[in-house]
Amino acid sequence: MEFQGFARPDGRVGVRNRVLVVATSDCAEPTARMIAQGIDGVVSVTQHQGCIAIETATTLIGAAKNPNICATLLVSMGCEGIEPAPMMSEVSQAGKPVELVQIQKLGSTRQTIARGREIVQKMAAEARKQKRKAFDVSQLAVGLKCGGSDTTSGIAANPAIGVMADMLVDAGASVVMIEPIEAVGAEEFMASRAASESVKKQILKWISDEEKRWTVPGASIDFMCRGNIDGGLTTVEEKALGAIHKGGHSPIQGVLKNRKGYLEMVPQGGGFYLQEGTHEEIPAITYMAAAGVNIIVFATGRGGVFGHAICPVVRVTGNPETWARMKEDMDVNASTIMEGKESIESVGQRILDEVVAVASGKLTISEQLGLDNFAVWKYDPRIEALLGLL
Amino acid sequence: MKKAIIMDAKDNVATVISAVAAGEEVTVLSTKQEVVQRIRAKEALPLGHKIALTDIKRGNEIKKYGAVIGKASKDITAGEYVHIHNVESNRMPLTEHMLGYR
Repeated sequence: MEFQGFARPDGRVGVRNRVLVVATSDCAEPTARMIAQGIDGVVSVTQHQGCIAIETATTLIGAAKNPNICATLLVSMGCEGIEPAPMMSEVSQAGKPVELVQIQKLGSTRQTIARGREIVQKMAAEARKQKRKAFDVSQLAVGLKCGGSDTTSGIAANPAIGVMADMLVDAGASVVMIEPIEAVGAEEFMASRAASESVKKQILKWISDEEKRWTVPGASIDFMCRGNIDGGLTTVEEKALGAIHKGGHSPIQGVLKNRKGYLEMVPQGGGFYLQEGTHEEIPAITYMAAAGVNIIVFATGRGGVFGHAICPVVRVTGNPETWARMKEDMDVNASTIMEGKESIESVGQRILDEVVAVASGKLTISEQLGLDNFAVWKYDPRIEALLGLL
Repeated sequence: MKKAIIMDAKDNVATVISAVAAGEEVTVLSTKQEVVQRIRAKEALPLGHKIALTDIKRGNEIKKYGAVIGKASKDITAGEYVHIHNVESNRMPLTEHMLGYR
């Protein structure tokens, strides 16, 4: 199985060839946006967590190192707590061009926009010269996410995506899943997939840490709700298994670290990995993008509709009603399972075919619409310390 | 024809993919759409809910996705509706809050 991708100096392969403009804090966000505006193939991102937290810098660095990005321009105001120089040195380890403009140094926002646009036009022109080449599908890293889940999610979309995930891992590709909260209740199943004893310990800690975060007296959440029960879910075990089934059955090679200023990229060489992080839609996808994931497959019963600045998002719905109503906004129809017309296995193959087509350049619906969501999240170090999770 | 999907060969419940009336025959399909079993629903079932494929004694495991999703809180017979009225979680009991408030 092959796809047409972009070779990167660090050996990774991209499925897109975007120029990235990064405002290192949201102070410089409008400036970064105005630098990128209207220039084909250029996208701007930022983080809204303030300018001091090093954790946010690792996500931005990861986004720039993602193989879908061919070059990066950092935009800083100048007095941020996060220094741009170490960021630049980290990003250049991936062998790709990275430059910096600083508003306070250049003297004005207008001058920064002008200088920034000059740099980015050159980067975009270079990008246009690059051509796709044939690569084996084992060079792909695919991330999995679900959102707007409903009754059909655990019966149709998630199991079908799980079939796709198994096919990808069998073909030597990497698959990443991040959503520790949804694994609460499926500990035994997840642990049984561990490739080793040490990975088993990491998986169980990944889940139990998240359970601790959400069961703080006075601020705890319900892991099941009336909507779940009315939709057919009887226990939290069933709910969790339905959700994590999008990850399939292949051995889990490890849990990618994402803490205290260290964000681990998904190793090349294939395999299934979990990642530390959150279940919140856009931040979770942003974390997977920062770990080097090329494409996101997103299961949605009710019709979640977003894209991502770094990774194409393939939207899959298993709900026949959602498909009928929102056809224009869904990439893959998995609702044939609920209609009894197609097997889970067959839909899994169709999702894989779509992923390979998207990898080779087919635009997802969110890309056709220019949706470029991006959000950086971080752990609160005070909560981590109070709960003894550090 | 009413259909249900059995997620794994080890499961003792299947999930119906359309609403089923009491007395209707349900064809249980695998994830490859092979017919695994045919069973008569003893009760009405909403879309997405579960039917017992075999008798399950009180205290025994309910299996779905090849894993344990809870245990029977009452004796269950094949063809019965399986849900919160006859299953309890081994992991987290349902609270009043989870059950009652809309």
